[in-house]
Amino acid sequence: MLQRLKEIDMLDLFLWVFRTVILVVVVWGTIATIIENPYPTQTWMETIVAGIAQGSLYALIAIGYTLVYGVLFMINFAHGEFFMSGIMTATIFLAGPMSASGYLDRHPYLGLLWITLVTMVVSTAIAVLTERVAYRPLRYAPRLVPLITAIGASFFWQNYFRGLFGSEVKPFPQIAPFAGKITLGSIVVLKTHLVVIIAAILMLIGLYFFVMKTKTGKAIRAVAENKDVAALMGIDVDRAISSTFALGASMAGIAGVLYALVFRQIHFFMGFIPGIKAFTAAVLGGIGSIPGAALGGLFLGMFESVGPGLFLEGLGIPAPHQLKDVIAFTMLVLVLIFRPQGILGERLAEEKA
Amino acid sequence: MTPTNTPTLKDAVRYGLLSGLIEINLSAIGFILLLHQRELVAGAFTMGHLFLFTAPIGFAYLLAKKTAAHSRSRVLGYGAIIGALTALPLIILVFLATAFDIRQFLLNISPDLITLLTFGQSVVTGSLILLAINVVLGMLSAALYLLPPQWRKMAVSGLAWVAISGTFSEILLGRLRSFFGRGLTDLIFTGKSLNPGFAVFILVAGALYSYFSQRRHARKEAEGDRSDATVLSLPIETINKIILGVVLLLLPVLLGSYLTEVTNNVGLYVLMGLGLNIVVGFAGLLDLGYVAFFAIGAYVMGILTSEGALGLGMGFTFWTALPFSVLAATLAGILLGMPVLRMRGDYLAIVTLGFGEIIRILALSDMLKPFIGGAQGVLQIPKPSFFGIDLIQPGQLYYIILACVLLAWFISARLRDSRLGRQWMAMREDEDVAEAMGINLVSTKLLAFATGAAFSGLAGAIFASKLTSIFPHSFNLLVSINVLSLIIVGGIGSLPGVVVGSLILVGLPELLREFAEHRLLMYGALLIFMMLARPEGFWPSEVTKRELHAFEEQHQPGTSSD
Amino acid sequence: MTKRMLIIFGLLVVASLILAACTGSTYKCDDPIGCVSYGPGEPVRIASALVISGPNADLGLDSQHGVEIAIEFQGDLFGHPIELQAEDDGCNAEGGQAAGQKIVSDPTIIAVVGTSCSGAGVPMSEVISEAGYVMVSPSNTAPSLTDPDQAWNPGYLRTAHNDKVQGKAMADFAYNVLGVRSAAAIHDGDPYTEGLARVFADSFEELGGTIVEFTAVNKGDTDMRPVLSAVAAAGPPEFLYYPVFTAEGGFLTKQAKEVSGLEDTILAAADGMISDAAIEAVGEAGEGMYFSGPDLSFSGELYDKFLAAYKENFGDPTSVFHAHAFDAANMIFSCIEEVGVQDGESLHIGRQALRDCLYATKDFQGITGTITCNEYGDCADPKISVSQLQNGEYVRIWP
Repeated sequence: MLQRLKEIDMLDLFLWVFRTVILVVVVWGTIATIIENPYPTQTWMETIVAGIAQGSLYALIAIGYTLVYGVLFMINFAHGEFFMSGIMTATIFLAGPMSASGYLDRHPYLGLLWITLVTMVVSTAIAVLTERVAYRPLRYAPRLVPLITAIGASFFWQNYFRGLFGSEVKPFPQIAPFAGKITLGSIVVLKTHLVVIIAAILMLIGLYFFVMKTKTGKAIRAVAENKDVAALMGIDVDRAISSTFALGASMAGIAGVLYALVFRQIHFFMGFIPGIKAFTAAVLGGIGSIPGAALGGLFLGMFESVGPGLFLEGLGIPAPHQLKDVIAFTMLVLVLIFRPQGILGERLAEEKA
Repeated sequence: MTPTNTPTLKDAVRYGLLSGLIEINLSAIGFILLLHQRELVAGAFTMGHLFLFTAPIGFAYLLAKKTAAHSRSRVLGYGAIIGALTALPLIILVFLATAFDIRQFLLNISPDLITLLTFGQSVVTGSLILLAINVVLGMLSAALYLLPPQWRKMAVSGLAWVAISGTFSEILLGRLRSFFGRGLTDLIFTGKSLNPGFAVFILVAGALYSYFSQRRHARKEAEGDRSDATVLSLPIETINKIILGVVLLLLPVLLGSYLTEVTNNVGLYVLMGLGLNIVVGFAGLLDLGYVAFFAIGAYVMGILTSEGALGLGMGFTFWTALPFSVLAATLAGILLGMPVLRMRGDYLAIVTLGFGEIIRILALSDMLKPFIGGAQGVLQIPKPSFFGIDLIQPGQLYYIILACVLLAWFISARLRDSRLGRQWMAMREDEDVAEAMGINLVSTKLLAFATGAAFSGLAGAIFASKLTSIFPHSFNLLVSINVLSLIIVGGIGSLPGVVVGSLILVGLPELLREFAEHRLLMYGALLIFMMLARPEGFWPSEVTKRELHAFEEQHQPGTSSD
Repeated sequence: MTKRMLIIFGLLVVASLILAACTGSTYKCDDPIGCVSYGPGEPVRIASALVISGPNADLGLDSQHGVEIAIEFQGDLFGHPIELQAEDDGCNAEGGQAAGQKIVSDPTIIAVVGTSCSGAGVPMSEVISEAGYVMVSPSNTAPSLTDPDQAWNPGYLRTAHNDKVQGKAMADFAYNVLGVRSAAAIHDGDPYTEGLARVFADSFEELGGTIVEFTAVNKGDTDMRPVLSAVAAAGPPEFLYYPVFTAEGGFLTKQAKEVSGLEDTILAAADGMISDAAIEAVGEAGEGMYFSGPDLSFSGELYDKFLAAYKENFGDPTSVFHAHAFDAANMIFSCIEEVGVQDGESLHIGRQALRDCLYATKDFQGITGTITCNEYGDCADPKISVSQLQNGEYVRIWP
């Protein structure tokens, strides 16, 4: 017993040192940056808004992870591919031709609506198909097995779409009303950034009401709570799980449209890295929690955008932006050391895990 | 398996449509056309053809299997329906592609694909030929089930032999040429592929082989089981072990330098797999950043021994640097282990994934460039030498890797059966119960991380020395995913499973370079397919087998596993 | 059954030994690292090790077609046909080593055209050189490969330009032609882009300019605004060079126009972004941007003939390195013609002799220019040009 206490003390000591070192580096770097003051205020503002916009995208994708995790307790590695598949298809079949024919210039809002619809339909279809083929038969298998099929599905869809549409980078047309910048009070922001942030907030509110108020939403929550009991209550568990995937994928689809609006360039590989980032965001916020996913996404976007300039620039580290993922993952570890269940996670989630 | 009803026409249509869907997708993503460049039988049959007709043949065969027991008369009809329905979407595609320019959207629907699908004929004639071939193949494949089982096995065996030897013809060619000279290979091969005459020979040989092995089997059964046979008064197991040992020792001679090189790569993955198997398989800690330790092992070896500007120049050789590589990786394993000790399941997965990425980005970064080379990597790492002999050839490095794999295997096996191994498994099943039973979770987990990291560091050190140059790009997330997949495909917790998994996921892709462009697609499909068909892996450990069956009985009463 | 197998195997071994004995020859090889002998009618075998699969397949296939046309034009060597063994370098170190091992396991191969990627070239150069073979790369540009203090090996040559040349040329163009005095460079962690950006930065400072920021992004990054803001805050520079590839280059170009402070900065990239896909990716934001790359204004009768053959067999070229590959193959053929020894109808080629001959190549007229090899195998005629994107087309403006 004594032996064990001693070891735990060692461990706590180590964790304490670990936290302190990271915090000292962060604080030191921040102070150094502030003293040195390399950027004008406008730059900081732009960076912060870019971070919020990026974070909103992560949040929308992270919701899919969190929803699926809440219901099935599996990491749906292929979720980033749902994000990619919709906008990829819509760009090739709709956005490209519509822009070439001038339709998009004449009816920008209607055009965007069509693109969004197609994106959501394709993303949802891919998600439901993946669930049906690769996950459903394995619902009672050991947890690692569906993880591997999810990784398999991720590779499969990536390369499937690469085969369909080619490996080249595809441009997404600029939509005239969203081009340029807008002045809000004293700060100048990109219109697309504003659109992303507003759309993300609306989607989150909508999603919240959907999950809380509608019948499908209630079924999803019941299944997340306990599948067997839900089945006894007359809920079709398979259907509820399918709708969870559909819901998550349509969020990812919308994130895809917003991504295309901001970055105006798409690629078959574009889903993989945001997928991993969104997974990180979901864990950061507390996996299983919808507000957690939103908050986690926002935090991650901010760390990536502001972190290198704020923490590292002052320390004189060359090419700090190369290290933004190092910052993001270190912050993740730091948060998880303080709160092992994530920012908004419940203890319950951890027990189920 | 629960009894199924007699397949109806609806089933045939469903199978046919599914088969058509698969083929049209394979065509649209350029898979068929790419494989069409690779001839299985010179001038007659390409790999593209093989895949173009796999789905109808497979589905017709499957349905025939279900139908034959009930109604033999319908078998052929259903086969024909499946064939026809497979051809239908393809024919529509051909007409669409000739009428409109779909290539601006789907760039792999090229004129070459249309030529392939119509066999170089006009659209109408070609479509009819395609239809006819599909129908005939569907019927033939279904008809296999009308043959006596013995004949069916012969036919399948003969065809499989041709397909396999055609697929690996290039390797076969290389080996045969080095053993028997050009005279023999010119007889068998045209260019890189089998010539038709020899393909027929293989077909017949395969069928005959199947015939004789069935006869022998039957005779054996008639004579009664004699598995307890001994040779030279040694039990058959010992004999097998001796044979295995001799084969392992002579492998480089038999395989030649290229295949030995492939074997070496497989060996490195086996080494990593054995390590991760301890972490994930034994202790149940999901680690997605395993490549970090591989990278650390490789970089320590690189920096210590490099003769270039980055090397320390302190006179380290491969052998003196090796312990440091392993030590550094082990320490990293413990350091990573500490913060994540209290995290469970998926939290652990993402944090370890993050750790792997952190190591890769740091290796790549301009910040550490003066010390570890950044994007330009570490060059001029010497190869190992052994009593003054530089081990340059893959056949020489092979023995180092073999020795390390055997060592890791031995350690793994001993650990598994030790007290610590039982503690790991208890922890894997339920951490809280394990802790209540008096198991010290801290040291148990850290030991798992440390051991796993040590194996990976060892693999990394050999990797650096083998390649003589290392770049950060060799240490990406794909390596972690590959190692995790191979232990699960092989059978989690199983030592032979690691070897089988590495052969399938590392060795096979290397030999099938023709697929390279679609390698990840096939890899993904293979992972899904494997997990659906054999969730316990190819060579499961005894424990997993038991658990999985318990699960099935518990959760799937009476329903089919569809 | 095992016994039967053993007997069959034994018989085959004996048969092969007899066969091997029959093909013996009276020619005595005095080359220090051995000879390759081709019997009557046997083809002279060369290998290619280029990236012919995956995302960079366009580059490798294009070079391979160059080699195939060279073989077609050459026809035969001393009456022996020429056979090509095409391998894939996978564009990474592991792939390069595996392809190298595959090639050196075949003793009838005399020389190699490859690799495509520098990362694959480093280990392959080692494997090939150890085994006594020789390789000529059409598209490796990493300086380390021909640096004797780094990764140079005695069996390695290349017809592609060294990155040092391109980075220097861009710095020269920016400083002397555009007249800018402050610049920044961004790379993406790829050995190629990092090397090029660094050479550019060093050369620009040597000329007397200031590098206000030398920084990096990651492959797969999409939001470049933070890094571009940092660049803007550091200067803002008059000139921004990012020799990256299409995806990251597209993001950088479009977002640079949206970051305050960089509106007037001149943007420039390298040959990684000279492609139709890149023009589409940068869109209008790329108008007026500069691109450095090997000078492709090939001309002359030989190139016209080459191009006609290429178009007839393979369609439009997908990259620029077919010319370098064609020259590489022809260098090899010309040296085989010089050092090959005829012995009746057999042909013997000394491996060291072939290497020496290749290293001694001087004033060889290829389609990429006049090729002269230095002592470490850098053979290219280093001509770099800069083009500008005007109305969606690359227009050569310098030199």
